Amino acid sequence: MTAAAPNYELIQQDGLETSLLEVSMGPHHPSTHGVFRMDVKLDGETVVDLKPVFGYLHRNHEKLAENMSYLASMPFTDRLDYFNSMTNNWAYALAAEQLIEIEIPERAEYLRVIMSELTRLVNHVSLVGFFVNDLGALGTPLLYAFREREKILDLFEQASGARMMCNYFRFGGLRCDVPEGWLDRTREVVDRFPKFLDEYEKLLCENEIILSRTQGVGNLSKELAVSAGITGPMLRASGVNYDIRKVDRYGIYDRFQFQVPYSKGDVGDCYDRFMVRMLEMRESIKILNQALDGIEDGPIMGNAGKVFKPAKAESYGRVEAPKGELGFYLVADGTPKPYRFRVRPPSFINLTVLRDMCIGQQVADAVIILGSIDIVLGEVDR
Amino acid sequence: MTTPNTSPSVELDDTTRAELERAGVIVSKVDFLYNWARGGSVWPLTFGLACCAIEMIASATSRFDISRFGSEVFRPSPRQADLMIVSGTVTKKMAPQVVRIYNQMPEPKWVIAMGACAISGGPFKQGYNVLKGIDRYIPVDVYLPGCPPRPEAVLQSLNYLQEKIRTQDIQSDPAFTGGRRQYPVPKFTGTDLEPPYNPDVWQPPTNPNAPADEEQEKEATA
Repeated sequence: MTAAAPNYELIQQDGLETSLLEVSMGPHHPSTHGVFRMDVKLDGETVVDLKPVFGYLHRNHEKLAENMSYLASMPFTDRLDYFNSMTNNWAYALAAEQLIEIEIPERAEYLRVIMSELTRLVNHVSLVGFFVNDLGALGTPLLYAFREREKILDLFEQASGARMMCNYFRFGGLRCDVPEGWLDRTREVVDRFPKFLDEYEKLLCENEIILSRTQGVGNLSKELAVSAGITGPMLRASGVNYDIRKVDRYGIYDRFQFQVPYSKGDVGDCYDRFMVRMLEMRESIKILNQALDGIEDGPIMGNAGKVFKPAKAESYGRVEAPKGELGFYLVADGTPKPYRFRVRPPSFINLTVLRDMCIGQQVADAVIILGSIDIVLGEVDR
Repeated sequence: MTTPNTSPSVELDDTTRAELERAGVIVSKVDFLYNWARGGSVWPLTFGLACCAIEMIASATSRFDISRFGSEVFRPSPRQADLMIVSGTVTKKMAPQVVRIYNQMPEPKWVIAMGACAISGGPFKQGYNVLKGIDRYIPVDVYLPGCPPRPEAVLQSLNYLQEKIRTQDIQSDPAFTGGRRQYPVPKFTGTDLEPPYNPDVWQPPTNPNAPADEEQEKEATA
């Protein structure tokens, strides 16, 4: 029992007074998506105050990267957001490629887009599974999601040799070309995916329980989302049309026709965040189809020197990772090691509004709100 | 499960055993029955630390399906779990909690150190905040290498654990003789863990190639 939080009046009724209860959720808690702790102050079931505590998975990414060569950091970027190793690779490659002048071959650009969009499918489909899992639907949706995820991970494995930690991108291209028949197999997976999405949408989108648990829960206004630096599906769910694929047009994204789904309202709730991701998967399939049509044979590696030793410079490379804007800031000092290596993690910055979204909600909804942010602790704590 | 292990304490020749089996009687040790049941119903703890946790979840999903090996009941509470899969990097901030969760688990309990990080710190070993192996504080039964290990490897490690369970002896194994095994929880001081390891569980490796006279010299100077 603690004293009342500031700006909060305890309920008094019939001469009885409630008192606050402080609950520590985590770091070992099935719904915290890893090792994350929320210190929640409760009045009954209502969340009065919330304090996020992290650092339980701080693995010194940045310090380690500053003590090794540029390329040696590439496998470490896989482990930042361990669902999306391909987009992490791409963001880092973009940042490093700005330090040297290098031409990226056409085929590599296409493969980068294909890998990145497949990653988006993996991430969103697993996220929806976990999100519904948090709602209490233990099992079925998550199992469906992981069934589809395995198909895509098989493709990653055939191309890069690893299921999760692909380490596939290189400065100036890709590590190796995809094996024979890989594009046909990808086409097969992509063609079947909409059927699964139909099934998934039928199962979830108009489900009575999901509607009543998520609509109006965890509201995030447009103003707060913009001022807090929220990016990715969470920002779009709050009604801002902002996608780095459209803004920066990095790689060859300017060649593809696709739409950016965003909410029409000024306030985004958990349902909006869930739906934006469902719709984004459809757009990813559109991009994948166009990329698979457009890809041609050719080299996959640009003319990068053996030693990556850029001159004194700074660079910032960013991509639209499935969770938001993932950026790498590099400061080169003329040696083979970066002087400064900084990650701009989308999960961490999206997490900053957790308190604002949770106050006034039920404690069971705090779990859903956390699930709808889509965090990965490897990226939050780095 | 495999065939019953012929134990030396049950003295039966093969013909008698075969006759009894024909009559529907199986002679075995209590150990076998207990271990068979325990090995076939290992309940893991829902406990994810980092990347490896995703592969642990994948091993429970339809494609790999850990329930074929009697282990599908993932329990969020340590009080109901038998097996702790330390899946991922244990940081210094997290290590006290891991030991505390282990202490809360009832006997018999087993630990699988999943992934390079849980075994030794893995790729993050050079980091200032990463514990170089969870076996410094709690006993580990199966080490499962990989970064991250594939779900098939998780299943194999479970098979190894079941093999280990089958060899346990109820009368002598610490899991059955003493009370609940509890180990001192290390203290996170903000920069490091105190103590750096539990000497009852783990000792720093000695260098077998070290010249003998050097040690004598050290002793002499001390």
